Amino acid sequence: MQDLIYMDHNATTPVDNRVLEAMLPYFSEKYGNPSSIYRLAKECDLAKEKSREKVAGLIGAKPAEVFFTSCGTESDNLAIKGVCFANKERGNHIITSKIEHHAVLSTCKWLEKEGFEVSYIGVDKYGIVNLHELEKSITDKTILISIMYANNEVGTIEPIADIADIAKTRDIYFHTDAVQAVGKIPINIKDLEIDLLSLSAHKLYGPKGIGALYIKKGANIDPLLHGGHHERNKRAGTENVPGIVGLGVASEIASEDIEKSKEIKILRDKLEKGLLERIDDIKINGHPEKRLDGTLNLCIKYVEGESMLIHLDYNNIAASSGSACTSGSLEPSHVLTAMGISPEIAHGSLRFSLGKENTEEQVNKILETLPPIVEKLRAMSPLYPEG
Amino acid sequence: MNPRNMGEIPDPDGIGEVGNPVCGDLMKIYIKVEGNVIADIKFKTFGCGAAIATSSMVTELVKGKTIDDALKVTNKDVAEELDGLPPIKMHCSLLAEEGIKAAIKNYHNRKTKKHPHPFNKSVCTYIESHSK
Repeated sequence: MQDLIYMDHNATTPVDNRVLEAMLPYFSEKYGNPSSIYRLAKECDLAKEKSREKVAGLIGAKPAEVFFTSCGTESDNLAIKGVCFANKERGNHIITSKIEHHAVLSTCKWLEKEGFEVSYIGVDKYGIVNLHELEKSITDKTILISIMYANNEVGTIEPIADIADIAKTRDIYFHTDAVQAVGKIPINIKDLEIDLLSLSAHKLYGPKGIGALYIKKGANIDPLLHGGHHERNKRAGTENVPGIVGLGVASEIASEDIEKSKEIKILRDKLEKGLLERIDDIKINGHPEKRLDGTLNLCIKYVEGESMLIHLDYNNIAASSGSACTSGSLEPSHVLTAMGISPEIAHGSLRFSLGKENTEEQVNKILETLPPIVEKLRAMSPLYPEG
Repeated sequence: MNPRNMGEIPDPDGIGEVGNPVCGDLMKIYIKVEGNVIADIKFKTFGCGAAIATSSMVTELVKGKTIDDALKVTNKDVAEELDGLPPIKMHCSLLAEEGIKAAIKNYHNRKTKKHPHPFNKSVCTYIESHSK
């Protein structure tokens, strides 16, 4: 899609050419099962372990603490269910936030049916977790706190170091869903008291179908998938070697490119400023400073998100929205709702999430294209005040 | 991308409003009645692509029909004219059917001066049935 202006990097990213090139030999030439004995297999095993080192390098962990999964969702499931079932003699209470990804929220809802209790902590209007409420909700039955590193919809970066410290002093496991943060902001696990961290390849120019979970040495967690002894008995299943190789190279590139986010921020800020100048009655969502450099989430009053996305798509611009129609349910984004935004305003939300390959030209194109779309839809809207 | 009959009628004979911005869809239908024929019809919609398309389509279907025939137009007719809608979007076509009915009811109310309300509001039946 040559003329496509892709502004949905928080949803997924294109695979970097270097990643793809590195993966290809592992489909038809080096196709061994790493558990087998012969040379073909051992080559694959070695590639797997080299990738583990690269992933560990990206987050400042030891390779032995990195475990491969099929995706971010699986990492979240493994972390949360793994801690809960392994530690249920100690307690049955989990603390999480209202703005987590569904991979965490749905897992918690399921655990509630299995006899666990969950506290869902609120956020302020910027999406920052209420630390006071979090601390107050800790009981002697609390075994896990799970708070995302950065939010996928609005980009707000949570006070992870503070939350990790709270967990550490009360001897509670701390998990963070860092799927949106890894590769975008520097993360050094050595400096943080984190027990578990989820990441996903397809958010950092790697392939879909592979993720990882950092598990601090000594953490007691039950595996989700039982079977062979893969991943040191934490995650059974013949390893997706091409995927693992891809994640390894993607992690390496992300480590090298971490400074590129400054350039992305310049473009995002230009887009934000330009839209604020050209369209009335719009509101930017997320924390003004503690926000991912590429994420721009805004609410445009009197129009609905999906209808804007369809018009943008006609102009070859790919973005997303927090409206009900795009979520497949009747309610708008749970994140915007938790931040105190009313449903009718939340329905008019748009998210642009920029990446490495976006250009100033593309930003200018959006600044040209979106205002007339909004004008057209507002003319059609019974909510738009006349005159 | 170019909906028909978009706009308002300055002195309409009936106005119907359906849906709810809280659930993300609001449709307002204006009708002008001559004899017992819907001589003119306009709509305004806050909602997704399917909501806009179904409102536009229903106005095309109903324009020029008698009141009785207009009342017979169903959401399935609207969806068919659009060459089908995905299941989750079918409720938008329900809104379109209800919008017409609400506008016609309002026309009757105004004529008989039964309820001197400027327009008839209809609740979103999809929400009703799904919130139980």
